[in-house]
Amino acid sequence: MGTRKSRPRLAVWKFASCDGCQLTLLDCEDELLSLAAEVEIAYFLEASSAPGPGPYDLSLVEGSITTPDDAARIRHVREVSKHLVTIGACATAGGVQALRDFADVREFASVVYARPEYIATLATSTPISANVPVDFELRGCPIDRRQLLEVITAFLAGRRPVVPSHSVCVECKLRGNVCVLVAHGTPCLGPVTQAGCGALCPAFNRGCYGCFGPADTTNSRALNAKLRVLGMSDPELVRVYRTFNATEEQFVQASEEAGG
Amino acid sequence: MDIVVIGSLEPLVVALQTAGYTVVGPTVKDVAVRMAEISSAADLPADVGDTQRPGNYRLTERGDGMVFGFAASPDSAKRFTQPPRQTLARMRGRTFEEPREEAPRVALLGLRACDLAAIAVQDRVFLGRHPDPAYRRRREALFLIAVNCAVPGGTCFCVSMGTGPKATTGFDLALTELAAPHRFTVEIGSDRGAQIAAAIPHRPATPDDLAAAEEVSRVAATRMGRRVDTEDIQRWLPAAHDSPRWADVASRCLSCTNCTMVCPTCFCSTVEDGTGLTGDVAERTERWDSCFSLAFTELSGQPPVRSSALARYRQWLTHKFATWYDQFGTSGCVGCGRCITWCPTGIDVTEELAALRGGTEGTSCIR
Amino acid sequence: MTPVPYRVRSRRPDRADTVTLALEPVTGPCPRFLPGQFTMIYARGVGEIPISISGRGRTGTLLHTIRAVGAVSRALCLARPGDVVGVRGPYGTAFDVAGAAGLDVVVAAGGLGLAPLRTVVRRLIAHRSRYRRISVIVGTRTPMTLMYPRELARWRAAYDLDVQVTVDHPDHAWPGPVGLVTKLIDRIVFEPRRTAAFVCGPEVMMRAAADDLVARGVPARRVALSLERTMKCGVGRCGHCQLGPLLLCLDGPVVDYERAGGLLAVKEL
Repeated sequence: MGTRKSRPRLAVWKFASCDGCQLTLLDCEDELLSLAAEVEIAYFLEASSAPGPGPYDLSLVEGSITTPDDAARIRHVREVSKHLVTIGACATAGGVQALRDFADVREFASVVYARPEYIATLATSTPISANVPVDFELRGCPIDRRQLLEVITAFLAGRRPVVPSHSVCVECKLRGNVCVLVAHGTPCLGPVTQAGCGALCPAFNRGCYGCFGPADTTNSRALNAKLRVLGMSDPELVRVYRTFNATEEQFVQASEEAGG
Repeated sequence: MDIVVIGSLEPLVVALQTAGYTVVGPTVKDVAVRMAEISSAADLPADVGDTQRPGNYRLTERGDGMVFGFAASPDSAKRFTQPPRQTLARMRGRTFEEPREEAPRVALLGLRACDLAAIAVQDRVFLGRHPDPAYRRRREALFLIAVNCAVPGGTCFCVSMGTGPKATTGFDLALTELAAPHRFTVEIGSDRGAQIAAAIPHRPATPDDLAAAEEVSRVAATRMGRRVDTEDIQRWLPAAHDSPRWADVASRCLSCTNCTMVCPTCFCSTVEDGTGLTGDVAERTERWDSCFSLAFTELSGQPPVRSSALARYRQWLTHKFATWYDQFGTSGCVGCGRCITWCPTGIDVTEELAALRGGTEGTSCIR
Repeated sequence: MTPVPYRVRSRRPDRADTVTLALEPVTGPCPRFLPGQFTMIYARGVGEIPISISGRGRTGTLLHTIRAVGAVSRALCLARPGDVVGVRGPYGTAFDVAGAAGLDVVVAAGGLGLAPLRTVVRRLIAHRSRYRRISVIVGTRTPMTLMYPRELARWRAAYDLDVQVTVDHPDHAWPGPVGLVTKLIDRIVFEPRRTAAFVCGPEVMMRAAADDLVARGVPARRVALSLERTMKCGVGRCGHCQLGPLLLCLDGPVVDYERAGGLLAVKEL
């Protein structure tokens, strides 16, 4: 490696999140060694306690912005990063913690914490892109391992990552899954959800629960009509859209259409 | 030896395997009839039937021991003629490599007349003005065994499209399943079909066998769940581009692409470009795409040409039933009904066409 | 669908975001092409796009004028002499230049649409005596975005061509007309019923120009447009480039207005 001029420097940052997405990087077991040969993993507390100093060529950012400190820290991350990619539903859409946006976070704090006055938190959970410019957003809760590798290899090659924004249905059919909506009557958000997971849940005869957020073109009114036929009540409909990507515009509309 | 009778499918499966074919036939998986590799005739779905309605597919129990007693499965031959993904080319250094993988020798057992018609449509697409050698290799490696439909589904309309229910061409062998006693007539459609038939125990068909087989197809033709009036459709459908019906159907359409993915003739594809981690090799991969995808008509720096779901549905239906003739000299629809069954919201092309045609004749087409 | 390796022989920047690449096969001769045809050009690892052929270079190379608007075109614009790209084709229909013999000829270009039309003008010039009056009208956004300005001047000076340019946004030094290219149709001389027109540019511009020409009496079948849609294959199997009954990679890109007019009039077709 000493013969290489210089490898691009990679940093992995964590904000309000569960660590699942950054762990996906460590899950790339087969590719991790060749990845380490191509990039210098300069800042990744989950993997190494020896952070290297900035600036960084590629920053992967996990988590949403929920505190005043984090709002300042993400601006620093942006300053020291040439290329910033958000990974996962928290960083890209605010995550499950953005459910606070539909309620009063102070009330939550008063219920959960014995001394809520020590909690410094923002009223909303916002995606990284609401705070600083973002070069690419990778969806999913958690992100997909192959998509993460694709984003990194595309960055190394200077090309656009192949991360299609069409529905899960396309991947379902590519994979050869039978449609669980049609054949089993299982409620499924696949038709309004962006692909990327490889149609994982339908492959195991489960309905898609929308963790990759809305696809580029959705018709939730038509899907809701079908889901009602399958026996879902309006409160249930509201609940399935208000999970990891609750504040995404199309899912907000979908839940409002069901009275949410 | 034109039509013979066999009492069991097992010798046929064995003969195909002996001839070097992987035998793919109907099986039950995930509560649906799926085309999958079978190791013996015992893997075939005896007693299984189905009911198909718009947006709804359920298996039923027949209780009569028939092994082909169901209509079109969600799988057609498309997966074998046009794989969902295929590598087109690799660039290594400054040279290009064309992957010339050997096409798998597969015997598809249980294709319906509509499936054969769909293969003929795809032949026109891929072996037309710029023949695709990879398609040709795959196509030639397929051994096609049709089964004449006995129980068309609730969404079938092959009679309207002139493609079934009886297989008349495009097969190596065509079976008709008969009851009491359980047996199959076998019609030979090619030299290699004749070789396989000669290799298995059989007897000549009697007039009774032939009459029974004819009756199966005759009755099936009367049991179409749907119908389409194709008269002059190439003219009136493109002309109906301003019909208010398009907005109506677009309000029910998810743009999810399911209809195009299950369609046995829909051939649209895109190409994905990749590079390995080390960047030594760049690869081009073709994968199934759909005219319902928003990105399908995207030009750099401009919004997609067909931005609305209305325009995308109109494109698909008009292409399938009308402009396909202009491009490939045939209809793109073979009447298999898969797009109706597998549309999650149950959009029925036959109903849409009837409404659109009604609209062109001046009657209201808004439901 | 396997590209042929072509070497970038030379790269000439035309405008801020536009370059002309001269390409030649790594081995073997350059293929023949007809005016208006395109090739599919592949940038390693990034993708493949259709690009009209804009001429034949001095050493027989294929010229392609490319504007950096998307990922692939940006990568191609950055290609350096000696780099290898992939090329398939030439594909598609051509402008019937020979069919315009004995007629007045109107060549109408909008912006980068001048690139494929350049091959038309070169054919016209090569057999100047076969044609009657030849007018080349060009619309461009600003004087700085005008393509091939020196060549336009040469055409004007040397070959008895009426060459006129209009801009949308003039600068202080711009002496010429301002406005859409259709404005120039008023300023050229042609006998409509004995005229052939070759049009290329943004779709709105082509429709406006074609409508204007047809309204003046030019037969729609003799107004040829070069149409653009997404293309992934170039050989009629990816389905992306459909315009109603047409597969533009096979039935186009050059389509006469008699066929194209009605189709382009349908929104989102």
